[in-house]
Amino acid sequence: MKETKYKLTLCDGTACIQNQSKVLHQALEAELDKHGLRQSVSIHLSGCLGICQKGPVLIVNPGYIMYGRVQVEDIPEIVESHLVRNKAVTRLIITEDHLYNRFFRIFGDVDFFGKQMRICLRNCGVIDPENIDDYLSLRGYEALAKALESMTPEEVIAEVKKSGLRGRGGAGFPTGLKWEFTAKQTADDKYVICNADEGDPGAFMDRSAIEGDPHTVLEGMIIAGYAIGAKKGIIYIRAEYPLAIERLEKAIAAAREHGILGANVLGSDFSFDIEIRLGAGAFVCGEETALIHSIEGHRGMPRPRPPYPSVKGLFGKPTLINNVETWASIPVILLDGGKWFSTVGTETSKGTKVFALAGKVHNTGLVEVPMGTTLREIIYDIGGGIPNGKTFKAVQTGGPSGGCLPAKYLDTQIDYESLAKAGSIMGSGGMIVIDEDSCMVGLAKFFIEFTQDESCGKCTPCREGTKRMYEILTRITEGKGQPGDIEKLERLGEMIKRSSLCGLGQSAPNPVLSTIKNFREEYEEHIHSKKCRAGQCAAMLSYTVNVKCVGCGACKRICPVGAVEGTRKEKHLILQDKCIRCGQCYEVCKFDAITKA
Amino acid sequence: MSKMITIYINGKEYKVEPGQTIMQAADTLGYKIPRLCYHPKLSIEGACRVCIVEVEGQRNFVASCAFPVSDGMKIKTNTAELRRARRDIVELIVDNHPMDCHVCERDGNCELQRLASSMGIRARHFAGERKRYDKDLSGDAVIRDPEKCILCGRCVRMCSEIQQVHNLTQSHRGFNTVVTPAYDLPMAESVCTACGQCINVCPTAAFLEKNYTQELFEQLNDPDTIKVAQFAPSVRAAIGEAFGIPAGANMEGQLIAALRKLGFDYVFDTQFAADLTIMEEASEFLERVQSKGKLPMITSCSSAWMKCLEQFYPDLIDNVSTCKSPMSMQGAMTKTYFAQKMGIDPKKICSVAAMCCTAKKYEAARPELMFDGMRGVDIVVTTREIAWMIKSAGIDFVNIKPEQPDHPLGLSSGAGAIFGTTGGVMEAAIRTAYELYTGQTLVDIEVESVRGLKGIKEGSLTMDGQEIRVAVAHGLGNACKLLETVRQDPGRYHFIEIMGCPGGCVGGGGQPYAAINTIPLDDEALKKRAQALYDLDRGKTIRRSHDNPDIQKLYKEFLQHPLSSVSHKYLHTHYKAKLPVGIVPKEAKQIEVKP
Repeated sequence: MKETKYKLTLCDGTACIQNQSKVLHQALEAELDKHGLRQSVSIHLSGCLGICQKGPVLIVNPGYIMYGRVQVEDIPEIVESHLVRNKAVTRLIITEDHLYNRFFRIFGDVDFFGKQMRICLRNCGVIDPENIDDYLSLRGYEALAKALESMTPEEVIAEVKKSGLRGRGGAGFPTGLKWEFTAKQTADDKYVICNADEGDPGAFMDRSAIEGDPHTVLEGMIIAGYAIGAKKGIIYIRAEYPLAIERLEKAIAAAREHGILGANVLGSDFSFDIEIRLGAGAFVCGEETALIHSIEGHRGMPRPRPPYPSVKGLFGKPTLINNVETWASIPVILLDGGKWFSTVGTETSKGTKVFALAGKVHNTGLVEVPMGTTLREIIYDIGGGIPNGKTFKAVQTGGPSGGCLPAKYLDTQIDYESLAKAGSIMGSGGMIVIDEDSCMVGLAKFFIEFTQDESCGKCTPCREGTKRMYEILTRITEGKGQPGDIEKLERLGEMIKRSSLCGLGQSAPNPVLSTIKNFREEYEEHIHSKKCRAGQCAAMLSYTVNVKCVGCGACKRICPVGAVEGTRKEKHLILQDKCIRCGQCYEVCKFDAITKA
Repeated sequence: MSKMITIYINGKEYKVEPGQTIMQAADTLGYKIPRLCYHPKLSIEGACRVCIVEVEGQRNFVASCAFPVSDGMKIKTNTAELRRARRDIVELIVDNHPMDCHVCERDGNCELQRLASSMGIRARHFAGERKRYDKDLSGDAVIRDPEKCILCGRCVRMCSEIQQVHNLTQSHRGFNTVVTPAYDLPMAESVCTACGQCINVCPTAAFLEKNYTQELFEQLNDPDTIKVAQFAPSVRAAIGEAFGIPAGANMEGQLIAALRKLGFDYVFDTQFAADLTIMEEASEFLERVQSKGKLPMITSCSSAWMKCLEQFYPDLIDNVSTCKSPMSMQGAMTKTYFAQKMGIDPKKICSVAAMCCTAKKYEAARPELMFDGMRGVDIVVTTREIAWMIKSAGIDFVNIKPEQPDHPLGLSSGAGAIFGTTGGVMEAAIRTAYELYTGQTLVDIEVESVRGLKGIKEGSLTMDGQEIRVAVAHGLGNACKLLETVRQDPGRYHFIEIMGCPGGCVGGGGQPYAAINTIPLDDEALKKRAQALYDLDRGKTIRRSHDNPDIQKLYKEFLQHPLSSVSHKYLHTHYKAKLPVGIVPKEAKQIEVKP
């Protein structure tokens, strides 16, 4: 075996690839050749580390030095200084302080990881996702071996029940119970499905989990197959995730080669295989019955439940559907015990949850935290707070179906019940931070525009109702709101929530209802005073010239409708009835002489 | 019987059978929960959300059409919140619907109209953008008006579940959802079989027959044309419903009188041609049996089935009888035998058929059916259209004095009458074939095994020691099932009857809309219409086609004998494979590309 002095790990997640990590890889190899270091330095690729904001990320071991935002120009310096002279390049190190996490020793002094706890993402960034040996070396497939060798299917289900794990797809149904229901059904065929149809705007938990550690998802599914008596697993993943698909394919092929998938799994009497089905990207196909229709070759539309998929699912057979994150938690539960898992989290919500942190926050990216962590800890400690000295206004959790929570809820604990009580949902883990620059009416409009567009069109409340809500919100943001519009939104919203066929419709009004509840005054200002305090609703802005005007005429020249009057070197005037509020004068003025209000 | 369970509806305790939905249980208890997308013959869609109720312990309202009852369940059907939600849901449907009720074909007969009225929608709170689509008028028989569509999905389920044609589906998403044929093809190019069952189940006017009433009124007012009418057996059994008469009344005499009052010079009866069809078809069958020809022989009267055959079962074309349908035979005899007899130029005849069927409009336009450069039938109107014309012309249909059809194409046997119901063609054919084959008269002529609404019916009879096994399917879905059996086991049957519509022609796509408090294609109504035809049969002295003296005369004077060359020219046709768009024939796939 060749001896290596340094082991480099280059993050190969989608975000880092977009930031030219492939080019870095080449440059690194060339530089190593130049210094004749190819024998003593090895380069490994890893899945997404989650710290995408700082990507591309390069880790040098030993020493756990983590470099961030590495550019091609930095490579010679890193090689020459760190690898040749053993002197770290301090300016590139992602610093900040300590770490006390059992899964995360190796990532050293990075605050981003400080409050995180990685169960689902435990191997992401640690192993090479395309190398099954890497997974095996970190106790990979040991949980499966344990289940097959020493546990009955009932014992496996009991362990999952003991863990208190709840579905990570959003609804939070107890996973063990779901397994039990499906196991109890007698049928000639049963199916296990992994729901990887992640569709929330800005969410990429499932994608990263699969890209970084595909085997753990497979392992969870195989264990479930054994527990419920299924021989066939299907991963439903959207076609827009090519890297995740490629890695899943490689992982499935490797698992088959190693006797982990196929006939007689690990030499046992149990046989199981997994295939991949690609979704075309409809948001509603994340709903389990729509997903099943889509796999069956039908239009992806939900159907009424009951019967639940555990009784009558894919091709009419009992079917167990769980989300990627749920599957990724299973091997840990079997290895470390349901009891240990249940020590993490709160009374009703156990384990950890992955969030895609986005919006007006310093550190955007993926974070996995124990249930019970507060919103404040995620936004300020892990996320590093709000940039540019702006004030926190709200946080939107649960994706387009979630609610907006204002500052008074910052100390809300993350768990299914607390978030619901505050007026939002866990959802699949979107978390968008909003600062004072955002208009809450506009935000509600944005989300309802998304859901009304993604509505499958089957049930009346969702198809027609969300469209009407969108129309009302549009007219409010255009300064044409009428008295009574808020009440109409509330009336429609409540009806849609309680009457819609599936989860999409039942949660679609949440962003609107929660912003009305928490920011009603902004709605009232829009309707009655025709004012948008965030200055986002163009129709309500007025542009005026202030005393700083030197009469340069730039605004007059750029105005497309001739709404600016004034002679040279004298203060100009904007004719309000002509102005179309395009904002070009504001942009062009070099003297800060145009006031936007 | 399983153990009864207790449920509470609006605080009242009831004992009900387990295993049913809330709606089913409520229906038996005197509660008619408002509904729209639900139809008992179709799968549960749960789409319209009109039938929502409150169930204690459920966070949201539940759709009563889909939710099963359970012991101790507390249901509320009429709370203030529920009433408001239901009202708002129906308003949302109405808001996206053209408010042109007064000029709509279904004004006064529209489920949405009735529902909106009973929900008390007297103002519109949420009106906004409305969907805009062009009408699809491409088809010969069925036209689509997506603007009227309220996306209940009944047509989609009817087309796929009952008819197994799978022509219709929802496409696009959200507010832009619209029901279209595959690839958004125009109806004329789609796999639509023109059966018109989508029209029957549509609660609004999103599907309609292509209307020929104005053309017909123009013809009726033209002094230079000879106006000749024929009407199908099941038109008489259903047209009364359009005038408020309960299902099952035979209105034959009234219809004949009304057609004369509308301006027809001659009113014939398609039942005459049904007898003629039996002469040809039974003879063809016997010829196939005797000369070891292709069996099973399959009937060819149903136009929707013709299109279904050519599209989906081209491999069975040789099994299908070459006989034209009774309507087309009647048309052919009108323009040949009748015209010659009367010394009329056939080009001056306007041959009109009042049919229970929409697909007959498609059939009449089939070029394969033309002879001497003419169409046998110039205009086809449905039962609905002719009923409207009678109303529009101010004819007192209910109180009119019944009249008799004209000769020589008006007299019919009881066998011709039962053509209108599933199993009827088979029964009529057996009556004649038995006698032609054995030379003896079949005594027990009511063939119970092929009667009734069972999807696929089987029977057998012995003719001179030879067992003849027959099967009957109604509705294209049942037909598909039966034909799969034929593909697997071609020797299983000798003779098969297929009718494209559920219940046969009595359930045709052109029959009157369901009246208030009834549902489209209700089995009871279908049975009553069929019974009217069976009663008609029983009331006739002549109950076998070959005993019809006018038929005998027709052969003597014009056709010579069944399957003669004259018969072949005017009464028989052919079919050819017409594969659906996007389906490549097997031979084409095997073309090798040489390097």
